[in-house]
Amino acid sequence: MSSEVSLSVAGHERRSSRVNLRRKLFAVSTRRAAISILLALLLWQLGASGPGWLGARIPIIGAAPSPVAVAEAWSHLVADPHYWRSWYLSLFRVLFGFASATLVGVPFGLLLAVNPTFRRISYPVFELLRPIPPLAWVPASIIFWPTQELSIAFVIFIGAFYTIVINVLGGAEAIDIRLIQAARSMGASRGNIFWRLILPGVAPSIRVGMEVAIGITWEVVVAAEMISSGSGGAGGGLGFFIWNSYIGGSYPNIVVGMISIGIAGYASSAAVRLAATRLTPWQRS
Amino acid sequence: MAPPAGLIELREVGKSYRRGRSARTVVENCSFTAEADRFTVMIGPSGAGKSTLARLIAGFDRPDRGEILVGGRPVTGPGRDRLVVFQESALFPWMNTEENVAYGPKANGDWTERAKALSQHMLEKVGLAAFRRRYPRELSGGMQRRAELARALVNNPEIMILDEPFRGLDAMTRRLMLEYYARLSEQAPRTNLFITTDIDEAIFLADRLLVMTHLPTQVRAVIEVDLPRPRNLAALILDDRANAIKMRALSLLHEEALKAFAGGSEAAADFVDAFRQRLGAS
Repeated sequence: MSSEVSLSVAGHERRSSRVNLRRKLFAVSTRRAAISILLALLLWQLGASGPGWLGARIPIIGAAPSPVAVAEAWSHLVADPHYWRSWYLSLFRVLFGFASATLVGVPFGLLLAVNPTFRRISYPVFELLRPIPPLAWVPASIIFWPTQELSIAFVIFIGAFYTIVINVLGGAEAIDIRLIQAARSMGASRGNIFWRLILPGVAPSIRVGMEVAIGITWEVVVAAEMISSGSGGAGGGLGFFIWNSYIGGSYPNIVVGMISIGIAGYASSAAVRLAATRLTPWQRS
Repeated sequence: MAPPAGLIELREVGKSYRRGRSARTVVENCSFTAEADRFTVMIGPSGAGKSTLARLIAGFDRPDRGEILVGGRPVTGPGRDRLVVFQESALFPWMNTEENVAYGPKANGDWTERAKALSQHMLEKVGLAAFRRRYPRELSGGMQRRAELARALVNNPEIMILDEPFRGLDAMTRRLMLEYYARLSEQAPRTNLFITTDIDEAIFLADRLLVMTHLPTQVRAVIEVDLPRPRNLAALILDDRANAIKMRALSLLHEEALKAFAGGSEAAADFVDAFRQRLGAS
């Protein structure tokens, strides 16, 4: 009897989540967004359809391939394994660089925050190196690392690392001293204070750092691929795909590459946001 | 005979804070005793060094001069025998009510059946059993204060230091919290050092009133509040003895508050007149 009740409750929940999805799909804001995108595509199509329309070429859009041409190019590329390999290579590099930056950056930031001696030793060097833009590291990185793959990963690592460390450090410094004092009065050990107070106290900043860093990694990976692959290497990736399309003169493919990176960047940001939100359940509204 | 564990003694304590080149003396030559298992209320103008004294006794800070003894032993750092409830909530935002209350016993590795039962009991006692899974952010101001009281009391400290704990609550909630805390401490006597700027609050709670001076902070006067318990906040207004104590404390406080005004200005003079008239009227 009671299991029947709980079943029907579960069924109700499932139904209501379906209703929610439908409601979301037909929400005013969703419809507005769809209209906005369609309108932009329409303008692009009109603008790109050539000089016949207004007697003169429209700047930027007039020189671009039309959405129809882009869609056509894309429909061919979907069947091309090289295109998907570019996706795979860029995604892999971003994830590898991002993951290593997180794995090194979070402990490094925490160590800076809790250990004054470590901070005195390493923070000045950190601050000295930080203003160097990640892309300035490309040639040096190629020299440092044995493989091209590692040098690209290193440049991405640099891009994400500083952001994560700075956020962790700032987050740790912003923790209310009274929380620590309260814990100390209750007899908590240093270890307990670290695991139960400092770490969760820094979690929101780790989250912000990760969200910003994943955006930076996409900027960096594209540029790094263009530069490093241009010098005769066969690095591949979406950045190289765009560059190669430009060299080869297939302009619709350039746009396909750009949109692909947009989608990949958006998807990975969303994934990081989703994963990172789980780090801080007490902030969920 | 060893002094009782809940006894607080301050002997000629002094504390200065450096601000740039100049040092500001917040506490100077301050001596008093808070007797074990009694309710001592410290009242003084705001901006005086009352919170500094609380931090010194709690062990978060060291005095520059003099000594502080708790249970006959000098304070060398924070301890589980004396817990502080601050002005603003210091609940751990990432722990729900239950986890907050259980923090002390858990951090000390004595999360026994007895401790579990006590946490449970405390949650019920402060009326938050139904809110055990809520995060502090999801609690009202009054609930947060109660959760914080429970988190401290579960450790069964000898001494509770309460630094304007009900400040910022609305008048009604504040009153309820006061009555609530008074009842709680009547049931389980321990040393209470309660800091406030509100005279009615002070008289309602205190066995002994310490009237503090403006900076540098010292004890201006010690007033015994020998009113019978349990007390009634509303009835105290009509109680002659309570009012006599109030008048005495107020005139002392008033002199101290005047010192907080910049050098006997026009405004301060008006303030004195207004106060005199009010004293005459009542």
